[in-house]
Amino acid sequence: MMPENQGVLLAGVEAGQDLPDLAYDVSASTVVLGALASRDWRPMHHDHDFAVNRNGVQDIFLNTPNQAAWFERYLTDWTGPRGRLGRIKFRMKTSVFPGDQMVFRGRVEDVVTDEAGCGWVRVAVDLKVGDRVATTCEARIAVPTGANDNPWDRKGEAWRP
Amino acid sequence: MDEQLPAEIQAWLGKERYHEEGEFPVEMGYVWTTCASVENGNPLFWDQAIAEEITGGPIAMPTMISLWFRPHHWAPGRTREVQPLQVHFDLKALLGLPEAVMTDNTIVFGEPVRPGDRLKTCQVLHSVSEPKTTKLGRGRFWEIEVRYTNQDDEWVGAEHYTGFGYQREEPRADGEGS
Repeated sequence: MMPENQGVLLAGVEAGQDLPDLAYDVSASTVVLGALASRDWRPMHHDHDFAVNRNGVQDIFLNTPNQAAWFERYLTDWTGPRGRLGRIKFRMKTSVFPGDQMVFRGRVEDVVTDEAGCGWVRVAVDLKVGDRVATTCEARIAVPTGANDNPWDRKGEAWRP
Repeated sequence: MDEQLPAEIQAWLGKERYHEEGEFPVEMGYVWTTCASVENGNPLFWDQAIAEEITGGPIAMPTMISLWFRPHHWAPGRTREVQPLQVHFDLKALLGLPEAVMTDNTIVFGEPVRPGDRLKTCQVLHSVSEPKTTKLGRGRFWEIEVRYTNQDDEWVGAEHYTGFGYQREEPRADGEGS
């Protein structure tokens, strides 16, 4: 059994708090594995010649669903398994290519408890490559309000993502 | 109302189209492959006991929601290309805009998706802009919602995409085409 990250509780989170950075060196394998894992067969994510000569970009690049998976991993590394994503919104400004080191950097923007008693944390995350922000993301993620609260138990009107 | 927008597209606005069921049930193999692709060690996806305790059994990574509707690259007897997000490609074709980028993507998550689920989906076109010129070229922005439910008609999530379809005016330095 893997040791469980006990994770954060709402009371331990406050606006302005920084999340730990995550740095990752992107290779061609990262891009291709991410595309195929998300069943994205489009050639700009595995065919260098197509990406360069058809799309006019420098190389194959990370696809959208895999970026979403990276943001989820980043956020739940921090919350632990009881953290439950409500919504994420992201905007890709530039692409992420093999040879890039991507760095995820998040900050808590807001902490609230909704009318159903669910604790929510709003986090802004930048995916940076060097000085360039490749993708911005805003996430709303539920975290336990106490030791006996589990956001995953919420259904129907009790779950307002 | 944009008088230049073809009537066929105007008729799509706000209407559910392309109701379909996933080609295969949700399965853990893809969950583990996706976790591996981003090195996600969340024990919800790897440890049966923790999954039982927290989520009442195994679940898929929530951000995998669109994966379950991406068609196989090949299937026996298929005579036409099948595309995910077909409304996006319909717009490109009907508006004569060969290139496109997705600028914004919002995913909202409902009931957890579990192995064995047979998910259903449909697509709704919410808006199409007037013609605009950006650094990429001249085209239009559009907003599409993809709705997802499970076999019990429980809402499991939705995606909202903003796309920009365009005619290229000069070679691009970077960015995504689709």
